[in-house]
Amino acid sequence: MHKRSNEPIVWSLFGAGGVVVAYSMPVFILITGIAVPMGIVSADVLAYDRLAGFAAGWFGKLFLLVIISLPLWQSVHRIFLSLHDFGITGGEVFFRVVLYGAALWGTLLPLYLLIGM
Amino acid sequence: MSTRKPYVRPMTGWWLKNPVYIRYILRESTAVFVGIYAVILLIGLIRLSSGEAAWNGWIDAMRSPGAILFHCVALGAAVYHAITWFAVAPKVMPPLYFKGEKVPVEKLVTAQYILAGVIYLVLLGLILWS
Repeated sequence: MHKRSNEPIVWSLFGAGGVVVAYSMPVFILITGIAVPMGIVSADVLAYDRLAGFAAGWFGKLFLLVIISLPLWQSVHRIFLSLHDFGITGGEVFFRVVLYGAALWGTLLPLYLLIGM
Repeated sequence: MSTRKPYVRPMTGWWLKNPVYIRYILRESTAVFVGIYAVILLIGLIRLSSGEAAWNGWIDAMRSPGAILFHCVALGAAVYHAITWFAVAPKVMPPLYFKGEKVPVEKLVTAQYILAGVIYLVLLGLILWS
């Protein structure tokens, strides 16, 4: 039987992740990593009650899953394809398991956490 | 054991030899920052699910100088990712037609910048004012 490639699935997740990163990540980094920590905007923006309330609704759950999981798939796929550029030519199976395994973990764990929130 | 010792041309630093290669490596390197930030968000979600004290601990961790420095670099990486993504997207997607004419690549790139600007403003508005 012809062995089917899993490339289309991985590439779709990579593509979707790339879109999510391009259209949203700069804003999230600015808010969570720079504006709130430096006191440029009030910490109330990321208050516990507000975020917990957001994660309690189905839209919030879906939103948080998308912005955590898809960028991870984008990241690991790109890193995997770049290994060769940095002279790492062996251990393809090992790196596949570690990198895509990490992205899978970064999908299932938030899914599990969000369902319980 | 084989006594054959084939010559393998060393490739170290190959990407420093041409500005195009440097930009390529820069673009691919954004993935490292994207991945680390996604893990930071994931840790944030774990803390959020553990209660208010844990969540506030995560917010405090974001205030360390190292964290702020990382996020400044990560912001640059995310923006560079966006610029390169918008430049490549029209080339990998099927051609788009408007009134029987193929929409030029430059217009598609501009359209993505406008769309990104609108989405950034909407997200900022929702996060900061609602």
